[in-house]
Amino acid sequence: MADAALANTGAAPARPSGWQGITADWSSDQRAFKNVSWGKAMMWIFLLSDTFIFSCFLLSYMTVRMSTTVPWPNPSEVFALTIGGTSIPLILIAIMTFILISSSGTMAMAVNFGYRHDRVKSAALMLVTAAFGATFVGMQGFEWTKLIMEGVRPWGNPWGADQFGSSFFMITGFHGTHVTFGVIFLIIISRKVLRGDFDREARGFFTSRKGHYEIVEIMGLYWHFVDLVWVFIFALFYLW
Amino acid sequence: MAQAAVAHVEGQQHPIKLYLVVWGWLFVLSTFSYLVDYFGLHGYLRWSLILLFMILKAGLIVAVFMHMAWERLALMYAILVPPVLVLVFVGIMVFESNYTLFTRIIFFGAGT
Repeated sequence: MADAALANTGAAPARPSGWQGITADWSSDQRAFKNVSWGKAMMWIFLLSDTFIFSCFLLSYMTVRMSTTVPWPNPSEVFALTIGGTSIPLILIAIMTFILISSSGTMAMAVNFGYRHDRVKSAALMLVTAAFGATFVGMQGFEWTKLIMEGVRPWGNPWGADQFGSSFFMITGFHGTHVTFGVIFLIIISRKVLRGDFDREARGFFTSRKGHYEIVEIMGLYWHFVDLVWVFIFALFYLW
Repeated sequence: MAQAAVAHVEGQQHPIKLYLVVWGWLFVLSTFSYLVDYFGLHGYLRWSLILLFMILKAGLIVAVFMHMAWERLALMYAILVPPVLVLVFVGIMVFESNYTLFTRIIFFGAGT
C-alpha cells in the first residue's frame, strides 16, 4: 500500500511552476518533491552530502596549498608520462578523464534503454560503464604505484611542499573508492536488469520493495556524480 | 513544464541523440582544458579558462545526464543552492590561509 503510494512517479496533476511552484510544493503538507520517488530524492540528498565531503577535501587542499611557504610541485610535470621517448604532460590524467566521461555517456544511454524496457541493451551498456570504471581504477592504481615508487608519501615528496602527498592520496583515494563501489553496484544492477527483475517487479532481497527500471536511473545519478567530482578534481588538483 | 509532465509519464525519456551530443561536447571541453595545460598558459588566463571549462562540464553533466533540467524547481533549488553556499566557506578559508602564510613568513622567514 505504502509501496504503491511512494513509488508512483506517474502523471502528476498540473502544478504551478516557477517560484509559485516551489512554495506550493514545499507548503503542501505532503512530500515536497512531487514527481520524484523517495528513492531518487534520497539519492539526490545523499549526493548533496557527498558533495560537502568532497568540498571539504578540496577546500583543505586549497588551504594547505595557499598557506605553505614551500613551492607546490608542478602537477603538469609530476603526472607526465614518457611515451615513445617524449615526455607528454598530464597525459595519463587526460586519458582517465576521457574514460570516465565515456562511462557517463554509456550510463546515460543505459538509463534510456532501461525505461524502454530494452533489457539486453540496458544491461550491456551498464556493463560497458562498469568496464570503463574498472579501467579508470586500474589506471589510478598505476598512477599511485608510479608516484609511490618515485617517493611520494603523505608526509613528503621529492619536489616541493610536503602537503602535496596527503592531498593527492586523500582526494584521489576517496574518489577511486567511490568509483570502485559504483562498479560493484553497476554489476549487481545490470544482473537484475538482465534477469528481468524490473519487468516482473521482483522484490529486492534487502528492501523487499518492488523493483522498477527507475533503479537504473538512480544508479546513473550516482555514477554521473562520480564523473562530476572528477571534473572538479581534474580542474582544481591536476590543472591548477 | 508541459514537456516535463510528459517526460515523467514513464520516467525520463529523451532521444539518444541528445546524450551523444552532450557526450561530444564533454569530450571537446575536456580537450580544451587539457590544452590549457599542454600549451602552458599561465596566470589569470589559465585559472579562468580552467574554471570556465569546469563549470560548463559540470553543468552539462548535472542538467542533461542527471536530468536536473527536467526536474521541478523545488528539487533543483533544494539540491543546487546548498553547494553554492560552499563558496562562503571558500572565502573564509582564503582569508585564513593568507593569514597563516603571513604569519609563517613573519616567524619562519620566507621558504626556510
